[in-house]
Amino acid sequence: MSDAYGDRGNKDASITNPKGMGSRIPEASGESFASPGGPFLIGENMTAGYGAGPDILHDCTIAVDQGEIAVIVGPNGAGKSTGMKAVFGMLDMRQGHVRLDGEDITGLSPQDRVAKGMGFVPQTSNIFTSMTVEENLEMGAFIRTDDFSDTMAQVYDLFPILKEKRLQAAGELSGGQRQQVAVGRALMTQPKVLMLDEPTAGVSPIVMDELFDRIIEVARTGIPILMVEQNARQALEIADKGYVLVQGANAYSGTGKELLADPEVRKSFLGG
Amino acid sequence: MDFLNALIAFANFVFIPGVAYGSQLALGALGVTLVYGILRFSNFAHGDTMAMGAMATVLITWLFQSWGISLGPLPTALLALPFGILFAIGLLLGTDRMIYRFYRVQKAKPVILVIVSLGITFIYNGLTRFVIGADDQNFFDGQRFIISAREFKASTGLPEGLSFKTTQGITIVTAIIVVAALFWFLNKTRAGKSMRAYSDNEDLALLSGINPERVVMITWIIVASLATIAGVLYGLDKSFKPFTYFQLLLPIFAAAIVGGLGNPLGAIAGGFVIAFSEVTITYAWKKVLVYLMPEPLEPSGLVQLLSTDYKFAVSFVILLIVLLFKPTGLFKGQSV
Repeated sequence: MSDAYGDRGNKDASITNPKGMGSRIPEASGESFASPGGPFLIGENMTAGYGAGPDILHDCTIAVDQGEIAVIVGPNGAGKSTGMKAVFGMLDMRQGHVRLDGEDITGLSPQDRVAKGMGFVPQTSNIFTSMTVEENLEMGAFIRTDDFSDTMAQVYDLFPILKEKRLQAAGELSGGQRQQVAVGRALMTQPKVLMLDEPTAGVSPIVMDELFDRIIEVARTGIPILMVEQNARQALEIADKGYVLVQGANAYSGTGKELLADPEVRKSFLGG
Repeated sequence: MDFLNALIAFANFVFIPGVAYGSQLALGALGVTLVYGILRFSNFAHGDTMAMGAMATVLITWLFQSWGISLGPLPTALLALPFGILFAIGLLLGTDRMIYRFYRVQKAKPVILVIVSLGITFIYNGLTRFVIGADDQNFFDGQRFIISAREFKASTGLPEGLSFKTTQGITIVTAIIVVAALFWFLNKTRAGKSMRAYSDNEDLALLSGINPERVVMITWIIVASLATIAGVLYGLDKSFKPFTYFQLLLPIFAAAIVGGLGNPLGAIAGGFVIAFSEVTITYAWKKVLVYLMPEPLEPSGLVQLLSTDYKFAVSFVILLIVLLFKPTGLFKGQSV
């Protein structure tokens, strides 16, 4: 029997427009409370999944402290991106807590977390393709009511190519430039912590090196960065802290150097 | 050969009515295209939203007329229009709160919302007829013509008359103002940009701190205003009859799709394409041709390609041609 609630009829673009449609966001209580101690941002013992679906994360812990770069690596389907989304409140948390700057924010919606100072760059569709680069940055600063022109100038300093292309539609840019727009957009809120989901996905090795340099530059300005990366070796080299996830659970963790030196990690994830 | 008279006949019977009708369709299509771009479904209830908004305006116009309030040469309906818009805003926000929101929260597939809007169409449709009846209602007052055919003939001495109705003038002027305001809003204001951002990428809009419920609310407010203005202008120009608004749905959707769904500029262009196709194909060209042709070649028939009874077929055929050869519409259908 065919699925009555399936995707039939949704491909008729003359009546429906699924392009750009959002994902379901779990209901949030909107409550946060003080919970001092611990790292700056931590997703602690998270067990989470989408809607009523199966658990994808199992007792998974990810954290980043002030002035650090924390990197999450692991095989495909290990739940790296899911872990990031869980920290951002886009998954239904069954167990565990998310704490930011001494505050328990498990009950907050993603919008509220943005207001609390979290910046998130998703892996895909991370720019407004039909809007200009400048409009993308303006949208990044949407929650700010003060004058954000100095922040925009900082972003243009960090990514000079964006200033050149500021009146061009972001969708017309190259892969590397799009990623710069995406990171720039997230920086516009002046976040207290930046979360990047595979910022180097689909860009050439040269552009990748450049992006890594820029990310280190951002980290030097004092913003802690939590990052998911496919290029495990390169990412662990710049990481203060590394997490290896396997099937939604922590397999190994330690400093970047420790993980690079760990023979088990080398054998299973770094190709010897 | 009488080129001047041919031109006047053309302007009188084709150009001016076409521009006025095109403006009305464009305003309607803008509402449809905004819902498609931002709420991601085709709102079949749009025609009946126009009817509801126009109905409220008609009732308030009658009230004002009974109080003896008038705008002199302009129709009193213009004074009642803001109240009609407020009614339509309340209606759409209430409908959204009670019905659409339920599906939006669950991220229901757009096709489900299309069917939901069809149900709402029938409810609005029934309500309109229940309140004001199914018959023609006249609510026009004020001066009928800006230029009347008789005055034109007298002042120019030409045999062919040109008339320009007040309602046509109001339609065109209002459409220009509304379209300019809408484009300014979408491209220059923070709220307008947030609507475009939400249309482009909902999740990222959320990550930027844009409140989706607020975007949806602003969208319904704009759609209600556009629908009421289009409905009242159409009602003033022709007459207010609930069923015609349901029928208007076809040319309005044709306009939006021809222009490229989700593209406001396309909606306007599409409105004029549909309007002029309808008018030129159903107009009896004999009069113009008699002026233009040398006597032996003058047509004896009416030179009317299609009876006006079949005018909806025109929208349908254009729609089919566009969907067959350029499915994204004349202007690239893109997110608003």
